Amino acid sequence: MDLFEYQARDLFEAYGVPVLQGLIADTPEEAAEAAAKIGGTVVVKAQVQVGGRGKAGGVKVVHSPEEAREAASKILGLDIKGHVVKRVMIAQGAAIEKEFYFSILLDRSNRTFLSLCSVEGGMEIEQLAVERPEALAKIPVDAMLGIDLDKALEIAKAGGFDDAMAAKVAPVFVQLWRVFKDEDTTLVEVNPLVLDKSGNILALDGKVSLDENADFRHSEREVVNIAKVDPLEEKAKALGLNYVKLDGQVGVIGNGAGLVMSTLDVVAYAGEKHGGVKPANFLDIGGGASAEVMANGLDVILNDPQVKSVFVNVFGGITACDAVANGIVGALNTLGASASKPLVVRLDGNNVIEGRRILAEYAHPLVTVVETMDEAADKAAELANK
Amino acid sequence: MSIFLDQNSRIIVQGMTGAEGMKHTRRMLAGGSNIVGGVNPRKAGETVDVDGTLLPVFGTVAEAMSATGANVSVIFVPPAFAKAAIIEAIDAEIALAVAITEGIPVHDSAEAWAYNVAKGEKTRLIGPNCPGIISPGKSNAGITPWDIAGAGPIGLVSKSGTLTYQMMFELREIGISTAIGIGGDPIIGTTHIDALAAFQADPETKAIVLIGEIGGDSEEKAAAYIQANVTKPVVAYVAGFTAPEGKTMGHAGAIVSGSAGTAQAKKEAFEAAGVKVGKTPSETAALMREVYASLA
Repeated sequence: MDLFEYQARDLFEAYGVPVLQGLIADTPEEAAEAAAKIGGTVVVKAQVQVGGRGKAGGVKVVHSPEEAREAASKILGLDIKGHVVKRVMIAQGAAIEKEFYFSILLDRSNRTFLSLCSVEGGMEIEQLAVERPEALAKIPVDAMLGIDLDKALEIAKAGGFDDAMAAKVAPVFVQLWRVFKDEDTTLVEVNPLVLDKSGNILALDGKVSLDENADFRHSEREVVNIAKVDPLEEKAKALGLNYVKLDGQVGVIGNGAGLVMSTLDVVAYAGEKHGGVKPANFLDIGGGASAEVMANGLDVILNDPQVKSVFVNVFGGITACDAVANGIVGALNTLGASASKPLVVRLDGNNVIEGRRILAEYAHPLVTVVETMDEAADKAAELANK
Repeated sequence: MSIFLDQNSRIIVQGMTGAEGMKHTRRMLAGGSNIVGGVNPRKAGETVDVDGTLLPVFGTVAEAMSATGANVSVIFVPPAFAKAAIIEAIDAEIALAVAITEGIPVHDSAEAWAYNVAKGEKTRLIGPNCPGIISPGKSNAGITPWDIAGAGPIGLVSKSGTLTYQMMFELREIGISTAIGIGGDPIIGTTHIDALAAFQADPETKAIVLIGEIGGDSEEKAAAYIQANVTKPVVAYVAGFTAPEGKTMGHAGAIVSGSAGTAQAKKEAFEAAGVKVGKTPSETAALMREVYASLA
């Protein structure tokens, strides 16, 4: 998951990365208090996970608590590319001499980590990579060796820093590597990294992405997510389901991420013939899913008011089709009359005959069993278009 | 023939005595795999009776190899201990290690891979977060149901487990030489390209199905590799055309970031390399049946 700027700042500070004071505020009053506490010139910064907040009016330099209050009242509630600002950070102002760029990220293509560095900062990195690719150093980082001071100097020099400046930024790179590794992140980016007029190196803005697979190593870590979370996604997460809300009418449940992704595509193609209906969600009940998991999944999807029909697509590998069929029966029994949306079910693989027999015997008026994935998608799209 | 796994494969299971390990050891045995033992340092010296097959438990991979002649390890160890298990297999220089475990932190996978590279890649790693590898009629190292399809001339390589099963099922009348699930994590051992190279060299494999999905650039690299190196016909399928940007779709690696990793870009790369791409799994299978018929 992606951290907000203020969370990245706090993390940097905890690892000794030089940052300026920053306090969060959810109201104009809190913003004024924070500005008074920090004193002098401060920057009111919208906390949103989207680029281009400056241009959208989400960043304002102010010189008094009163101005901070005014700026915050304008920024809080602002809609920046669909992200509504709920929180601002009041950051100490910096007298910037020069701006640089530094990041460490996962390099899937080469199965290792990569550090990007440039003495030319201050613009979006994508823009720099296109306009001045020669100014952006890309240095592989061995996962076992990481970034020590020598490696940091190598990166800084490749990024265009002269010897004196490289000696200044290299220790910060080492600290940022510690953040990257010890916090189990897939991205640590500082843009801009600055030299201020007093000669200090400062991380002025940061992006950090955490690897959720490593949450078990960070049980003490509480990451507050102030981003807008879909209530159905929240409910699914609480039930331990792998669910992503999409913007369509055909609810989808399947087993295995690849098969579910494929099912979404097949539903979208089928929808082209049925009024343009689209998949309403991604929901993977996983290998070896029990009847209970199936019932939980159906519960989430049937509660989506956008859903008009549901497509259950299971290829029984480890999951047995009779367990899936029992899950459907159990869920429909529990839901009773509140289950009012048609279900199209396609089962194949492990114990398919028994699975189909259970559903045939149950003979629920809302359930249609269809033989193939393509036919089932077509049927589900047709029913969603009624 | 087949690739990476055959009737001479002698398999040990790291984490055999756990619930998942035991369940799948039983299934692999039922499908005819030659399982010769398990590894669990806390149960070393014990013998486990798996439906009438007595399997010794060893303290380490190296001990298991010297006692049984094992050349394949299947890893079912939980995420927190998976890195150590993979590194142990690499240290023992076992020929093939198949990591089934889902949910391994990416720093752990990256370190394990860097370790393998530093050791000269004496171990072929498949996965993690994968269904494993099956050469029907010969051996099965992983969780793929052994009875979906029999032996035949089609090589199959896929990022997804259930799509592997689906495709084996669709092509069961022709049959499979080897089906290999490389896994849906951002960092994996064996890649699409590794499997393509082996299928190209395998005289029994006559045609290849490649299944990809959103995220990363493995498919784009595979397309370039096919154009330059593969003379056998390849049919491809890519899942995730409707996936929204920035959302992880089940597999940790299945994510479109900005304009990178889209299904459309992967499809275009394959088509530019002269590889036919199916719109759906069934259309992909139909394309393969056509290709296969034209070979006969």
